[in-house]
Amino acid sequence: MGNATQLNVKHAPDRGLFEGSAQGGVAVADAPPRRVQKPVRRETAETMALKQKDIAVSEFFAKNRHLLGFDNPRKALLTCVKEAVDNSLDACEEAGILPDVTVIIEDLQPDRPATLKQSRYRVTVVDNGPGIVRRQIENVFGRLLFGSKFHRLKMSRGQQGIGISAAGMYGLITTGKPMVIHSRPSARKPAHLIELAMNTKTNRAEVTVDTETEDFPPQQYKSLNAGTRENDFLNPEDYPTGTSVTIELEGRYQKGRGSVDDFLELAAIANPHAKITFVPPTRVAANDQEELPLGEASPTDAAAAQPQALNAESVQAPNGVDPTITTVIKDGVIIFPRGTDQLPPETKEIQPHPKGIELGILIQMINDFEQANKGGGTLYNFLQEKFCRISPEKAGEFCQAIKVHSRTKAGDLTPEQIEALFKQFQEARLPSPPTNCLAPIGMRQLLAGLLKGVKAEFYAASTRDPEVYRGRPFQIEAAIAFGGELPGDEPARVIRFANRVPLLFQPSACSSFKAVVETGWRNYNLSQPRGSIPVGPLVIMIHMASVWVPFTSESKEAIADYDEIRKEMKLALMECGRKLGTYLRKRQKMQRETARRDVFERYIGEIAKAINAITGTDAKALYDKLLEEARKRTAVADVELDENGQVIHKDEHEDLKADDGVVMVESRASHLQLPEGSANTPPDTAAAPGPDRTNGKTVTDNLVPLNGKPKKAKKKSRSDGGEELF
Amino acid sequence: MAKKTVKSASEIARGSKRIKQRDKTTLGKIVGLAEGVSKAAHKGRDISVAIPTRSRANTLWNKKQRILQMGDGKADRELFNLNQAKQFMQTMLHASTIKDLIDADKTSSLRGVFYKAKHTVAGTKENTFDTQDESDPILEDLEVALGALREELHVFAENRGAMVGNITLIDKGDQIDCRHMGSGGYAMPSIVEPDIIEFKKCEADFVLHVEKGTVWNRFNEDRFWEKNNCILTHGAGQPPRGCRRLLQRLHQELKLPIICLLDCDPWGHYIYSVIKQGSISLAFESSRLAIPEAKFLGIRAKDYRDCSLSDAVKIDLKENDIKRAQEIAAYPWFKDHRGWQKEIDHMLFNGFKMEVESLITKDISYVTEEYVPARLKKKDWLD
Repeated sequence: MGNATQLNVKHAPDRGLFEGSAQGGVAVADAPPRRVQKPVRRETAETMALKQKDIAVSEFFAKNRHLLGFDNPRKALLTCVKEAVDNSLDACEEAGILPDVTVIIEDLQPDRPATLKQSRYRVTVVDNGPGIVRRQIENVFGRLLFGSKFHRLKMSRGQQGIGISAAGMYGLITTGKPMVIHSRPSARKPAHLIELAMNTKTNRAEVTVDTETEDFPPQQYKSLNAGTRENDFLNPEDYPTGTSVTIELEGRYQKGRGSVDDFLELAAIANPHAKITFVPPTRVAANDQEELPLGEASPTDAAAAQPQALNAESVQAPNGVDPTITTVIKDGVIIFPRGTDQLPPETKEIQPHPKGIELGILIQMINDFEQANKGGGTLYNFLQEKFCRISPEKAGEFCQAIKVHSRTKAGDLTPEQIEALFKQFQEARLPSPPTNCLAPIGMRQLLAGLLKGVKAEFYAASTRDPEVYRGRPFQIEAAIAFGGELPGDEPARVIRFANRVPLLFQPSACSSFKAVVETGWRNYNLSQPRGSIPVGPLVIMIHMASVWVPFTSESKEAIADYDEIRKEMKLALMECGRKLGTYLRKRQKMQRETARRDVFERYIGEIAKAINAITGTDAKALYDKLLEEARKRTAVADVELDENGQVIHKDEHEDLKADDGVVMVESRASHLQLPEGSANTPPDTAAAPGPDRTNGKTVTDNLVPLNGKPKKAKKKSRSDGGEELF
Repeated sequence: MAKKTVKSASEIARGSKRIKQRDKTTLGKIVGLAEGVSKAAHKGRDISVAIPTRSRANTLWNKKQRILQMGDGKADRELFNLNQAKQFMQTMLHASTIKDLIDADKTSSLRGVFYKAKHTVAGTKENTFDTQDESDPILEDLEVALGALREELHVFAENRGAMVGNITLIDKGDQIDCRHMGSGGYAMPSIVEPDIIEFKKCEADFVLHVEKGTVWNRFNEDRFWEKNNCILTHGAGQPPRGCRRLLQRLHQELKLPIICLLDCDPWGHYIYSVIKQGSISLAFESSRLAIPEAKFLGIRAKDYRDCSLSDAVKIDLKENDIKRAQEIAAYPWFKDHRGWQKEIDHMLFNGFKMEVESLITKDISYVTEEYVPARLKKKDWLD
């Protein structure tokens, strides 16, 4: 950037007036008043060359912190938590440990005036992961773009190795306080206690404190409030190894969409195998505080949480999903409990697929390969080693196609030959990349996650088979939750995840959002305004798992709109929608049956009495008989009565019960109670009396049927109150 | 409804001499209906009442007798059908109400029956009947289902229509001389069966039926019936059953021609049609009500010119009227009747309607002293 500016200046000397402000950082106001004079040449190429120097990546990001999600205090706090939690979960999974993550946010200025919206916070994230060996601590936490995840094609939350160090850097910039790191890689040895501050000029960490301690997990947080004093909180037995990061930063804690609470809640849904404990700060910024993101899904205090406890018997859930596990809020500590003990399967790293790379990358890869093999590697070997899905024969075919011998050194290829090879890649018929590199959440886990966070009556999930975009495998999963305590008259809430990380911002820019809009929800008995997301008590969850998630920007907020991805999302949503449709139809039918039964039972008493008055038969016996008959008739599925001509198969609902991707919570279903007042208006009985079916008629010579003229015309009457009307 | 101890139908028949044979038959039918329901319930069969269909589709035109008849079409009114459950209950309630009426040997108005059966359904806020409009069709259903006439069900309607003229009747034992009825005339009751009304002495040559009371007043004031030796009736618009039945009895028993003086508009034509062939909703009673030989004297479309009426008599035909006129022209009994086709065409060609009262523009008593007598003399009518 700096270069570009200078070039501009050089070629446009007449713009010298503005040069001062652009170059030297002098404000325009300080420049002399407008005096038109011959521009003075201030710099020469030589003098400028003295100022041209390397920029540390850390310096760049320190100036452009919004690129990393630190645009405002509220988002800064969230990003800090998010990066730390992502790292913890990634580390635990790689080590095969069921994650136990504790997030503590302390307000360091609890007595600040109400007008001061932002405050200084101390964020601490403790995990039970494998820990970090001493010598890497500075690199992991003190350097930007240092990490294990950038150079590989493997599904993980982090991708670049910027996150946690950037958070530490942000803290250092805003508060001057270094990061505090506890790390215990071995249960038998004491933990390392490191305090480090990043030198943004050099992108290196400066360690200020380096000792060992037995205090892991740090017990100082046990005294925060009643909840943290509980035995379970930061119990050393749960954290034999692990890492704890503490960052002090300027931020703003506020609830609602895009808040820390929102993030953790969604993270808990997408990571049902993780237990997440959260100690929020004592003070919440008051203005525009919304209710919790998932409606009444998270009760705000324990008293509300307890009666919600589900009776496990009323739930039809597949094995391995325990619907009784829900979020607990108690004494200032929020616990998102573990919904399942199954770790997601370990993901494999894969080589790039030939169709998924660009020409420049290919050139780079050839250069790297040449260097690694000291100029000795053949093209034949290069193709097989550095790409997936290229068999020896295929490699030979490629060599032939660009007219080089298979023993040609990769480094000897001319740029034209490389381009020809790249073209061959695009045209070749190759198998799709392997998909064992993906770890979808899985239907059961999705359901477990949703059950944990959303109080609905019906849940459905579906996992698609892996697909490929631009040579990269990906897999889409969707789940929906319907009814229960969700608000009924609002647009459905769409929650999005990429590699199990919740995406909280820019929903409408996201491919998933478009997929939801394009899905025809009306087919599944939901209302959906044109070109919009459906309206109703509905939460839609979409997860994309991929070795490389195509984000629309560096801030990782929305998934780019590739046709392949959107199509898969729609298919997954449709699968869930069909299950919901089946359920809703059944529900409607039950409502109708209930109404029917109600109507019959209402009139049976009157009928029994009337017949008793006429024939003297036993009214009670007749009533009982009629009631029995009414119950019998409303119990069977009445296909005829089903509107829309849609025949409901009797066992469709049974299928739903047996479906692994469906959970029904009958105690939250409202359809078995008739709505208030409906008893007074039985359906259609107010319609004009008159028999409904004609059984046939006799036509003789003399008898002519009246040809069908509108009956209504005959109903007109000029006399008032006439008794004899047509 | 309070629970009552009810004696079986046969007991009642034996126990009370006052119950006439007719009532006994009706009671038997009602009991049969109720027993059918209770039997079906105990046997687990479909619980329904077969009700002949009172609809246009089930109405037939009997060419030979020249009346409308009800076809054989029947529909089952089922208890276990969401759309019919309430009507089924209402049918049962009315059956029970009518039985009470017969047992007590009392009659009730349609409105009275409605009130007697109207109450709140036990355990709800719903009424068994909300309006009389719900109740009346159920009674008609019962009439056809039981094959019993309204009077046999001890139900009657309001008195409507009036009669005056050279005839003496006996009405429930009271002798009525229709020559001395003052200005109001004899109010025709809704039930005029021979057991209630007997014709004692009749000197009249014909019956003149006019559409409305106002016209009837004109004729009565001018003593038309005295001068022309006839009976003068009106039916207050569309004549009710009582009026039509009485006209039919006058026609059949006393062989009096029935001559109608109605407005020259589709409504007037339609009233004539009902008097002549019967109506769809009461097709089952046509044989007791219809008078195929009834004549239509006027007002005729040609009268505007023939009587040199002023423009003041014109009332423009509206779109509805034209549609209605075309429908009437398509009725089977008018379709092949050249006179009527011409008459309706003429009215449509005129483009206006005329009321009987409009003849007053010629002279107050023009209609009674010139118009009708002249037409009668010339036998200038449609039939």
